[in-house]
Amino acid sequence: MTVSLHVDEKAFGRNVVLDNIQLNIQNGEFLTIIGPSGCGKSTLLKIAAGLDTEYEGKVQINKRPVTKPGISQGFIFQEHRLFPWLTVEQNIAADLNLRDPDVKRKVQELIDIVRLTSNEKAYPSELSGGMSQRVAIARALLRDPEVLLLDEPFGALDAFTRKHLQDVLVDIWQKKKITMILVTHDIDESIYLGTQLAILRANPGRLQKWLPIELSFPRSRTDTSFQYLRQKVLEEFEKTEHSVYAEGAGI
Amino acid sequence: MKTAAYAELNRREKATKAKKDGTSPVWLKGFAVPVILLAIWQYAGGSGLISPTVLPTPLSIGAAFYELAGSGELAANMQISIARAAGGFLLGGGLGLLFGILVGFSKKTEAYLDPSLQMLRTVPHLAVTPLFILWFGFDELSKVLLIALGAFFPIYINTFLGIRGVDAKLFDVARVLEFNWRHQITRLILPAALPNILLGVRLSLGIAWLGLVVAELMGSSAGVGYMIMDARQFSQTEKVFVGIIIFAVVGKLTDSFVRLLERRLLKWRSSFQGTN
Ligand SMILES: Nc1ncnc2c1ncn2[C@@H]1O[C@H](COP(=O)(O)OP(=O)(O)OP(=O)(O)O)[C@@H](O)[C@H]1O
Ligand SMILES: [Mg+2]
Repeated sequence: MTVSLHVDEKAFGRNVVLDNIQLNIQNGEFLTIIGPSGCGKSTLLKIAAGLDTEYEGKVQINKRPVTKPGISQGFIFQEHRLFPWLTVEQNIAADLNLRDPDVKRKVQELIDIVRLTSNEKAYPSELSGGMSQRVAIARALLRDPEVLLLDEPFGALDAFTRKHLQDVLVDIWQKKKITMILVTHDIDESIYLGTQLAILRANPGRLQKWLPIELSFPRSRTDTSFQYLRQKVLEEFEKTEHSVYAEGAGI
Repeated sequence: MKTAAYAELNRREKATKAKKDGTSPVWLKGFAVPVILLAIWQYAGGSGLISPTVLPTPLSIGAAFYELAGSGELAANMQISIARAAGGFLLGGGLGLLFGILVGFSKKTEAYLDPSLQMLRTVPHLAVTPLFILWFGFDELSKVLLIALGAFFPIYINTFLGIRGVDAKLFDVARVLEFNWRHQITRLILPAALPNILLGVRLSLGIAWLGLVVAELMGSSAGVGYMIMDARQFSQTEKVFVGIIIFAVVGKLTDSFVRLLERRLLKWRSSFQGTN
């Protein structure tokens, strides 16, 4: 679904966090947003989800304004945020009834897709971080979102698990043709996943550069064209060197 | 599932190991001290060192228990006591849960109700016993109400705290998933508050039991407390002991029951369980 994300200004008190950001995402695109820590990436994503409505501007999904959060804008938080008292399958079903055979079947399908088969009855406390994040992804997918918003979903994971989940995500995106918006501070991840890349700069958060990524899937990080794009993104970061960088900006 | 099976295996292994080593299992160790004390007590009483009206021997207490149980007197008194405690606990605890939820959910009800309730809480509930007797007489109503008053506050406060302690981040999840209000309560708020609520239940049961003892000792014509007071008048010390032991055992049993409930309902928790 097409998403138009127009934020004229977003401020917390007198602290202007986002300034004049215009992003239009066509149906089935995969937008990755990258920028230094504190530049307002999470804030922007929350606005897109309808979790934050106190801003100046306009967010539309399929020409309908977004005024509150809902299942058509699936949201994956930075931490998995599972309900600790529910098992894996109950967490995925959440408010839907697992005794409904239709729900049960879909849940089982998703458990297979995110490769958690035989862990259906485990509680979150018995899962690793990567497994929990996969449950969170399955939970969002069960609701057939038109758009999936992901806020640094793999930030806390090791390189192997991260690569695996990135491939799972690309797989889902290609199969279900969901429009994706993913925030990250990892340059490789942004190029590996995205069909479009938005680079933000900090203080206040502004759109520094918008890049299409015309590499075919499956992608390889060692490809020369991949490396070339990486170079280009790094150059963009250098241009904004004078603006203040906080730690962990991924550069 | 896997961990449970593993724990069971571990336990069995330890048990067989204990047998092989000749060391006794943990539960047996707990019995050592009481058994020795009982033996000394029995010896001291039996040889006439202590007067039986002060401290009857364990065997004569056992005999009194046997007699009371056989005549049906014990069962009848226990039935009445348990009915009072249960009635008071259900009334007070139920209201505590209800008000805890109401006040926990809304800032407005909190502003209206909580200050008055907190003020009432500071009054030791046993201090109002004379007032309750004046108002409601010596019959069942005053006893049940006294127990209910004591049982109310622990559940009320813990339910309130539990609800207010629900992680705001999970509320965001509930909004993103479009939970309706019913699912917000059953899938999010109550499960999150359950550890606190069960703690409140345990505390309330303890206080209900205490209230029962006080109410029955103050004056009644049936119940375990009455049995104790009646026996005291006739210097039947072993009967007094039987009553005290009954209070202790039933109190412990209800507490164990709630703990079992906790283990069942809160098995999702992976908190620190204590070292061996
Ligand atoms: N609730 C809030 N109240 C006040 N200021 C806030 C609030 N949330 C965020 N901010 C401010 O907005 C700015 C952007 O925050 P945001 O969380 O969007 O950054 P981010 O780009 O996601 O950073 P990171 O990469 O570290 O997650 C920060 O300077 C932060 O101090
Ligand atoms: Mg963030």
